[in-house]
Order: sequence, then C-alpha cells, then structure tokens
Amino acid sequence: MSQPPAGVERRAYPRESLAAHPPNDAPAYASTRLRAPRKPLVILPHTLTELTGPVYGHESVAPGENDLTTRHDGAPLGERIVVTGRVLDEDGRPVPHTLIEIWQANSAGRYVHANDRHDAPLDPNFTGAGRVVTDASGAYTFTTIKPGAYPWRNHHNAWRPAHIHFSLFGPSFLTRLVTQMYFPGDPLLALDPIYQAIPDAAARVRLVSDFEIETTKPEWALGYRFDIVLRGRAATPMEDPHDD
Amino acid sequence: MMTERGITPSQTVGPFFAYCLTPEAYGTRGIASSEVATADAAGTRIRIEGRVIDGAGEAVPDAMIEIWQADGEGRYPDHAANAAFRGFGRAETDAHGRFAFTTVKPGPVPGADGSAHAPHIAVSVFARGLLNRLATRLYFEDEPANETDPVLARVPAERRATLLARRTAPDAYAFDIRLQGEGETVFFEI
Repeated sequence: MSQPPAGVERRAYPRESLAAHPPNDAPAYASTRLRAPRKPLVILPHTLTELTGPVYGHESVAPGENDLTTRHDGAPLGERIVVTGRVLDEDGRPVPHTLIEIWQANSAGRYVHANDRHDAPLDPNFTGAGRVVTDASGAYTFTTIKPGAYPWRNHHNAWRPAHIHFSLFGPSFLTRLVTQMYFPGDPLLALDPIYQAIPDAAARVRLVSDFEIETTKPEWALGYRFDIVLRGRAATPMEDPHDD
Repeated sequence: MMTERGITPSQTVGPFFAYCLTPEAYGTRGIASSEVATADAAGTRIRIEGRVIDGAGEAVPDAMIEIWQADGEGRYPDHAANAAFRGFGRAETDAHGRFAFTTVKPGPVPGADGSAHAPHIAVSVFARGLLNRLATRLYFEDEPANETDPVLARVPAERRATLLARRTAPDAYAFDIRLQGEGETVFFEI
C-alpha cells in the first residue's frame, strides 16, 4: 500500500512470524485428516482488506462479562481463578481496546453445548463464556473457574489438558487469533496432539500460563498470567513506501 | 529498546465455541451475527449462502465462518458495532454444513497505486480439525473487474473458480467452501 487511508494504522506484518503456528496438516490430531487443505496456500499480498478489520471496543461488552463466576444465581463449583495478562504486538507494544472472548468447560470438564456427550455434570451456575476489552495498556482480567480436563475420542484414552479458549481481534484482519491457554505443570500437555502440533517448543510454551502469587487474591482466588502476542510490528514510516 | 518476542500460536476453535461466539441458539447475543448490513445500509442488498464440505464430501456441521468486507462504496467501516453497515459477520454452520449472511455487495476497493481491486469479501473458516483459521476470498462471478484483479491473477487459473460466488437469484449468491479434495477451495497465506 502506498498510502493507507486515514484511520488505517500503518503496521508491518512480517510473514516469518507465522512459523510459530502449527501446520494445518497434523495427522496425530485425527480431525485434521479430512479437514486440512492439501494444496499449498497462495501467498496474498496485504491489501486494504487485510490491513483493516472490525473494531469491537468497550461498548461491545457489558460490565461484569469478564467475571464468569457471577453470571447466575449462585456461585459455580470448582477452583476460582483470576486470569490476567496483556495483549502485545511483536515489538512488545500494547494492543489497547481490543476485544477478547473466552469459553471453557466447567470444573468437571463439561461444556454447555448440545454436542458435548462427556458424562460429567453440568453446573447450573456456570456456562463458561466471557468477554472483555483490553485497557489502554493492553491489559485484561477474567475471573473464572479452573476448567477440568475431559476425554475426547482422538485416540485411545485421550484427554484434553485443562484449557481456556481465547479469541482476539487486534487492529486488523491479519491479527485475528483463536487459541487456547493452558495451565502450568499439566501432565496432559505432553500427550496432547493439539498442543504438540506446534512444532517449535519455544512457541508452544507461550500458550502455558504462569501461576503468579502477585495475581493471586488472598482468601479468594489463585492467579494466572497469560500474555498474548499478536502479529504486527509498530508503524515503520522509514520503510520503502512502494513495497507491498 | 523493546524486547522482541514471537507471536502466540494458533489453536483450533474446537467443537464447543457456540455458547460464546455464535450464541443465538442459546438465547443470548453475540458480538456479531450473520447480518453484516441492516436494511438501512446503502447499497445492493444480497444474501450469501454456502456449505462447508470436508475431504470426504461430507458436510462440516461445526464450523464458524467470519466475513469482512467493504461497503457498497468500497469503504471499510472504522467501527463494527451499532451501525447499519458493520462490515463484519459471523455464522456457524448447521447440521448440513450450511451458512448464510445478509449484507450488501461490496464496491471495488482501492489498491496500491490507485488501481481498483474487484469487489470481494475476506472469509475466515474456523472449525474443529483446523489448527489455524483458513483465509479465503469470495469474488462475484458476474463481476467484469475480476479479469484484472491482481489477487485473482496470483491464483492458478484452473483453481480460480473456487473463489467465485455463483449468482443463484437476482439478490443471492452461493459460495461453497471445500476444505480438501476435489475442487478444494483456494486458501491464502495472509
């Protein structure tokens, strides 16, 4: 783009960063076998379509939507936790005012979903969906329940490690990210084909939150830190204006 | 000097996202819906309908499709919420793999050097079994500007038709997404 229109942030999106992602074709994760594309991806130059994106700010979230423990009449069962962190770009700069959506199983490892057949109880006081918008420093906080592990049919005796699903927008179509946050020390991580599909161990561990005593609230909830790094480097006005 | 760090890797959306991301069936409001433009939005109102199909030719009943597009004048909105034209839509597939959006047909979008890109819609596919979001584009089969579009020109000619939505009615287009196999949709590295 020679000159993005007013309002479009000029940001560099290096493609090398994409190496952190898992490949689409990951045979150990059985659901990829009929769903992963087989043909090579076509390289798409970044046009205005990719450099823009939907903006969901503070008006899109109601107060309290970041506390999954207070959405019903009673308190949910399980271990209350606080999950906090910052959303950053590849230069470590904050990504402010961006929407985060999360969803998760309850403490018994059961989702509120018509197709979840796991023989574990639903909790009438926990439905497991939340939203928050990052503040000016890119920070966010959720209060929730530690999700349980649950069995799935990928292979014999397969269990998903406890996880919270995260969905983020960031400033453009290119920064859209759906991922999962895991918990430190979970023995199921070593056996999980979804987590292990990420080839680079250094990238993989970015999905594991840190237990943090400073975030832990006395007499109330354990604290975990989960920072998220979205694609993109800060605006680079010095770069060749004719590149694409 | 800021510390450089790698990006957070993607993981699958999994099968159980609906209560959060597409919760209408559960009686709650999501941040986005399949209505990209309300009846008040300027432009040619259209409906886009399609199916998501796997490598065995079976319907994918648990996918989420997101779309992002310019308005009828080729302008991207700087705010998605509470406007007649949101630019962004989200839909889950049903038991038959079907999804649908109501929107307006996007106008041509300016490219670098001032040339116009053919009207198109950016499409993201999320599903169990997809470790990454798959990115594709919807173009309109009856759009003469396709002939000179620089992105379509990068797509091997024999696969280009997978990106062309078929006009099925004066105000409706069909766009099927084949994840794998015969007629596999072109997906982009973005």
